[in-house]
Amino acid sequence: MASRPELEKPPVIEPGHTYATVTDKISSIVLGRHTPISWFIGFAISFTLFMVMMYAITYTLVVGTGVWGINIPVGWGFAIINFVWWIGIGHAGTLISAILLLLRQDWRTSINRFAEAMTLFAVACAGIFPLLHTGRPWLAYWLLPYPNTMGMWPQFRSPLVWDVFAVSTYGTVSLLFWYVGLIPDLATLRDRSKRKAAQIIYGIGAMGWRGSAIHWHRYETAYLLLAGLATPLVVSVHTVVSFDFAVSLIPGWHTTIFPPYFVAGAIYSGFAMVMTLAIPIRKIYGLEDFITMRHLRNMAKIILATGLIVAYGYTMETFMAWYSGSLFESFMLENRMTGPYWMMYWALIVCNVITPQFLWFRRVRNSVVTLFVISLIVNVGMWLERYVIVVTSLHRDFLPSSWGMYAGTFWDWAIYVGTLGMFLSLLFLFVRVLPMISIFEMRTLIPGEKKDGGH
Amino acid sequence: MSSLRDARKPKGPDAPPAKDLRGARYWRSLEEWADTPEFRRFVEREFPENASQWADPVGRRRFLKLMGASLAMAGVGACTVQPPERIIPYVKQPEEIVPGKPLYYATAMPQWGIGQGLLVESHMGRPTKIEGNPDHPASLGASNHFSQASILGLYDPDRSDVIRRAGRIDTWDNFLAELASALEVEAGRGGRGLRLLTGTITSPSLAAQIEELLTLYPGSKHHQWEPLNRDNVLEGAKLVFGRPVETRYRFDRAKVIVSLDSDFLAWGPASVRHARDFAGARRSEDGEMSRLYVVEPTPSLTGGVADHRLALESHRVEAVARRLAANLGIEGGAASVESAEQWIAGAVADLQRHRGDSLVVAGDGQPPIVHALAHAINHRLGNVGSTVEYTRPLGARPVNQTESLGSLVDDMRSGGVDLLVILDGNPVYDAPVDFDFAAALQSVKLRIHLSQSEDETSQGCHWHIPGAHFLESWGDVRAFDGTVSIIQPLIRPLYGGRSSHELLGALLGRPGLTAEQAVRDHWAAQMGPDSEKQWRKSVHDGVVAGTAFPPLTPQLDEAALRAEAGSTTSPSGMEVLFRGDPCVADGRYANNGWLQELPKPLTKLTWDNAALISPAMARELSLENGDVVRLSHGERGVEAPIWVLPGQAARSVTVHLGSGHRRAGRVAEGVGFDAYPLRESDKLWNAAGIQIEKTGQRRFLACTQNHHLIETGLASQQAHDRHLVRETEIEEYRSNPEVIHEMGHEFPEEMTLYPPHEYPGHAWGMVIDLGACTGCNACVVACQSENNIPVVGKQMVEMGREMHWIRIDRYFEGDLDDPRYVHQPMICQHCENAPCEVVCPVAATSHSAEGLNEMTYNRCVGTRYCSNNCPYKVRRFNFLLYQDWDTPSLKLMRNPDVTVRSRGVMEKCTFCVQRINAARIVARNEDRKIEDGEIVTACEAACPSQAITFGDINDSASRVARLKADKLNYGILNELNTRPRTTYLARLKNSNPELADG
Amino acid sequence: MSQIFHRSMNTYSRLSIFGGVFLLGATLWLADTVYRSSYFTGVGVPRQQSVPFSHKHHVDGLGIDCRYCHASVEESHFAGIPPTETCMTCHSQIWADSPMLEPVRASYRDNRPLQWNRVHDLPDYAYFNHSAHVKNGIGCTTCHGMVDQMPLMWNANPMHMEWCLNCHRNPEKYVRPRDQIFNVDWRPPPDQIEQGRRLVEEYQIETFVYCSTCHH
Repeated sequence: MASRPELEKPPVIEPGHTYATVTDKISSIVLGRHTPISWFIGFAISFTLFMVMMYAITYTLVVGTGVWGINIPVGWGFAIINFVWWIGIGHAGTLISAILLLLRQDWRTSINRFAEAMTLFAVACAGIFPLLHTGRPWLAYWLLPYPNTMGMWPQFRSPLVWDVFAVSTYGTVSLLFWYVGLIPDLATLRDRSKRKAAQIIYGIGAMGWRGSAIHWHRYETAYLLLAGLATPLVVSVHTVVSFDFAVSLIPGWHTTIFPPYFVAGAIYSGFAMVMTLAIPIRKIYGLEDFITMRHLRNMAKIILATGLIVAYGYTMETFMAWYSGSLFESFMLENRMTGPYWMMYWALIVCNVITPQFLWFRRVRNSVVTLFVISLIVNVGMWLERYVIVVTSLHRDFLPSSWGMYAGTFWDWAIYVGTLGMFLSLLFLFVRVLPMISIFEMRTLIPGEKKDGGH
Repeated sequence: MSSLRDARKPKGPDAPPAKDLRGARYWRSLEEWADTPEFRRFVEREFPENASQWADPVGRRRFLKLMGASLAMAGVGACTVQPPERIIPYVKQPEEIVPGKPLYYATAMPQWGIGQGLLVESHMGRPTKIEGNPDHPASLGASNHFSQASILGLYDPDRSDVIRRAGRIDTWDNFLAELASALEVEAGRGGRGLRLLTGTITSPSLAAQIEELLTLYPGSKHHQWEPLNRDNVLEGAKLVFGRPVETRYRFDRAKVIVSLDSDFLAWGPASVRHARDFAGARRSEDGEMSRLYVVEPTPSLTGGVADHRLALESHRVEAVARRLAANLGIEGGAASVESAEQWIAGAVADLQRHRGDSLVVAGDGQPPIVHALAHAINHRLGNVGSTVEYTRPLGARPVNQTESLGSLVDDMRSGGVDLLVILDGNPVYDAPVDFDFAAALQSVKLRIHLSQSEDETSQGCHWHIPGAHFLESWGDVRAFDGTVSIIQPLIRPLYGGRSSHELLGALLGRPGLTAEQAVRDHWAAQMGPDSEKQWRKSVHDGVVAGTAFPPLTPQLDEAALRAEAGSTTSPSGMEVLFRGDPCVADGRYANNGWLQELPKPLTKLTWDNAALISPAMARELSLENGDVVRLSHGERGVEAPIWVLPGQAARSVTVHLGSGHRRAGRVAEGVGFDAYPLRESDKLWNAAGIQIEKTGQRRFLACTQNHHLIETGLASQQAHDRHLVRETEIEEYRSNPEVIHEMGHEFPEEMTLYPPHEYPGHAWGMVIDLGACTGCNACVVACQSENNIPVVGKQMVEMGREMHWIRIDRYFEGDLDDPRYVHQPMICQHCENAPCEVVCPVAATSHSAEGLNEMTYNRCVGTRYCSNNCPYKVRRFNFLLYQDWDTPSLKLMRNPDVTVRSRGVMEKCTFCVQRINAARIVARNEDRKIEDGEIVTACEAACPSQAITFGDINDSASRVARLKADKLNYGILNELNTRPRTTYLARLKNSNPELADG
Repeated sequence: MSQIFHRSMNTYSRLSIFGGVFLLGATLWLADTVYRSSYFTGVGVPRQQSVPFSHKHHVDGLGIDCRYCHASVEESHFAGIPPTETCMTCHSQIWADSPMLEPVRASYRDNRPLQWNRVHDLPDYAYFNHSAHVKNGIGCTTCHGMVDQMPLMWNANPMHMEWCLNCHRNPEKYVRPRDQIFNVDWRPPPDQIEQGRRLVEEYQIETFVYCSTCHH
């Protein structure tokens, strides 16, 4: 990257750090005796929400999906909206870890670990919905191809079956990727922790890592291989998810632009979420040295870029609605912009198209607070986008006689907010028991030190 | 929970006012949207309907049951051992029964005392399905929603099953004892204190019993009362003929029909037959197409199919009638009727061109004079004998029922009545309010009420005797033309009900008398020598041969009209119209869930009645759907929610009777408002000069079709732009037969990624004739009955979760102040390239080798993807456990050949595949092909106007194949290349070219 | 620093990696096997009845035709269970006072029907029609097994959808001449497939399989 010297100047780790300081700083968060009170408060709140979700889910399972707002014509509601939203958020992690790794973007190092964790948790949250939204979840395993007494197979033409494979593969690979990345650090924690229990637990996790050259060699190979595997998945998952809509014939769903536009949207929301999490964490745990302004600036630029792609998506939708000359398409758009759900549409435009434009200004990119606010707005915007796509397309389709309205019920909201609780709870646990920043990789960033495995 | 409310904000309520935004039309709908109660409901969904499940015990029980069930399922999924089942054979098997095969019995349904011939399907002794009786003149094989739903009326768990005295359970013997002692007193004084109150009686055997009673107790009196009585018809006849006669219309022969506020296609004892005859005369292929003129104050199904509809207040219809008469040279002259002159001129011209094959018909709600004028016009045009026939009245003892009830009430007040026996009927609820029947009733010493459920009247009586359903007891009844049907029971009384015959037997001192004896003895006497043979034949056929009334030729006296001349009054202010509810009639069907949930044909309202007003009045009084108003007339008044109905006469408010029961069963109670408290004996059908004031309250009305869009016309506009409903003038069609196809874009069939389906054997298809469909709902209920479709309740309908497999789409055409209606039955289209099939992840919906789009409930996991992807939105989902799995009587009712769906599965029209399979197996067992017309779907069988045709489109000789070849045939949404198997015949209009407007 | 784990852990950890895979596989296999076992299907498990009616005795011993008792098998979906009357036609004479038959006599006397435990019990959403199968060359024993060898009735086949489809997809493997339907001694000829093909042709048996054939 000699071609772009200005990028090299601002360091990805503040000067004055040595192996020791890095290792201390990060591992102490985990091994430190006293946990900050703020952690307990935060965890308590999010865990409560998590429990709300568990209750709402139980109620839904017992009484039926009828407790939600869905109806005919709007057969999909919050469940699918949230599913797509969470999957989207789940994109940043792998992208950062895999693609930026392959692109040798070493600044990714300090954020990739919890970005990956976030990915896992987001996918976990997403995974709840497809199962739960079926009328008979206890039979959902029929979507899997397995020999059975019915002599039946799944219907492979259905995008929902593709989803099963896409999402499960993505989940598995992300998990492996994240875990493999953790191994050396688990070893570090094993060696540094004073308590037997911790030693054993981390020890099991470390899988007998001794940091020998052969270990490092295999580690590097495996990690690169997984990165190679994960990269196409980043694109494939949301492409397949977008097929759920694109393959159908509903005006507002049936469009070829969906795959690229969904992937871009996913990365968009993913990075927004990373930023939403990174900013408070670096503040609370004083990690400004490791997660530097340069990280935030780079992420801001990516958000701006993907935001523009998403904006282009909206524009093309509008253009095609007019250019297609199809009555259904043009009515769909007119209805989105001026129908009963007009507010959702314009709110989404403000959140996803207008807001990111501020990132053109360096001053905005340098202001942590503004970045935080923008990232939040983008997260909301992306949720609205899914709401608009799912609901406004369905509620007024081909036959006016079947038009209807949709609104989420208490249970819809309970489950949605609940998944936020679950997501945060998992995240809190993660920062408490695992190194949220890759120790050994950080060490490779220390100026003037060349990487080697031992210690 | 405020965060939740905030999060819900974007859904519209905080929408800025309309003017801020583009596209006025859409914005109006939004404003309405944002400000209507259903939105408020969304806000109030903090704790939605489910919360109420805890409140009411039923809900809680279901919750617990489901908890058990679903926990069991959740664990092991499908891997459960089936519960052991038992087989219980007969001890001595009846001859005719082949286990597992249904039998059909002919019987008849009395409605307002007049008969509708039926064939009833019986599975192992359980009646499960109603069909029309092809041999019966009033049916010709068809039926209506009332008779279809009567099967639920039979099994209704709310029917009373015990004799009660003053609310306490008592015995038949005690009843007989008390009755006997009371009769003893009466016998002493010639029965001066004995009164019998019934509905209209056409049953010869029952009439004979009543005659016997009256001779036994010369002082006693028999009174009759039907809230929707036909006094005007008989009085009108008396006026010009000097005696009451019944009028029989032949719509199949009429080329020009003028209806004076008569809804002959939907109401009255002959409506089913009328629909058939009228549809026949409308089909273009057989020569000249008939033309229909309708003048009416409130939209009716008949008005909906009119070529020239004129919306006029009820009292101005008389003026129109007079004007028509005058222009046809009948004395009794009349001033011109503003805004109707053109219509009248056109009608007169047409009538004059069609002397002998035209027809003028007046509605039950019009005063006698209008009927008289109609008679005079028909005479003048020489229609008598061709399109109009006269017979003696149907009622065995025809009386002016309003007067009859009035005199009874007077006698009761004066304390002259000691023993009152009420057979069926619910006068406490439906008698004219000024009679104050309930109060008068109290002054009767002994009051006996026979009824199928404990209603308002039962409460006011000493004795309540459970009544037998017509499917449970023997009887006989006359059809509209006098033909007698023997009513034979399909099952022993489920709830120990007694028939009117039995109770009369008790009154006659023959307590042991069974209905069967009463009826058989009567007919044994009538039929003479070989009565046994005739009896068997009559019971088998469902009609007693040669009992139709012969035509009469009464002398018409126009002078009477002159006498009546100038009696036209023109009341000021607004008028309120009292009409029978399209679904629960006068209230007798209020506890029938199928009928309560049946969308009313024009308003598409369910579970509620409303005060219908015109858009003009809505604008004038700034009223909106759901606004509760107080309709007052003098000191009387009722509170009713408003419903804006395009096509309503500007100054008329229509209220439907039959709702707002105080005591009638779990379904009926608390549904809608009771309009009877506004109905006076001298203003049975309409009352002028009523006040309307806003109360400020609102009531949510569960409507099944985009009700917040009615005023904007957006839906209808879009429907028109999308060529969903296609219609044209007959003349235009004759000049260019391709006109219908030119309306839409056809699509090259091969444009699909998937290989085309092969149909080696049959290929089932359906054609629906929009020209014939009146939107009467018979098919909807027939389908519900045949396919075990559950009732979901108002709350679920509000949420857009009704389960009817047939949705009759209703669109307005033209100006919303004076629109035409179009009805389009929408069912699964069974597409060749079905969008639902490719998206189902588990192949629960698939394509059969005969082109059916199959729905396999037991395979469905409920992703609802198929419904989303269905452009016709004809799929229905069991969001909750809608089927009643507990009530035993309802289990008996279900069709054993159709799976009862559980919670969480999708369902939809299957083209009655169970009937297809049955026919196939029979045909194969007999080594022959399935003949055309052998498979009849439930909807096709029920349809009174034969608008639905089902058959094999591979067989070029089949009716359906021929119809599909018709130039009028078109598919909906062809541009999507779904290639629906269900297609439609475009509707032809036959407007009078002299009348510029269509 | 001291070792946390004993050396043997290395072996265990390696084992656990592969072991996990096999464990998972074994569990799935077990589940499937149990579900197909006679505990669920009832194959070969004699079902107790209030009257120990022996098909072996009546069919094999006395050679009574199936239709004598299952009278509606050729015209209805339900083959029919004989009314008590039918039993009594003989048993009012033969074994007229056997205690074993007391329930039958009691039923006839008090006009109270006998109750039998259903042996071949399809789910209620599967609509099977006896007459259709009997008409199209599927013999009783094809599905019900060697009834003439069953003292008490049991399931000869699992009655899984898979099992139905097996025949619906290739009827030639099982179809027999119409005059052999009720012959319990009929055995598939060595050239069954050719014979079968010919019969499928002759009886015009539709081999295409679709859901609404059985589910509606």
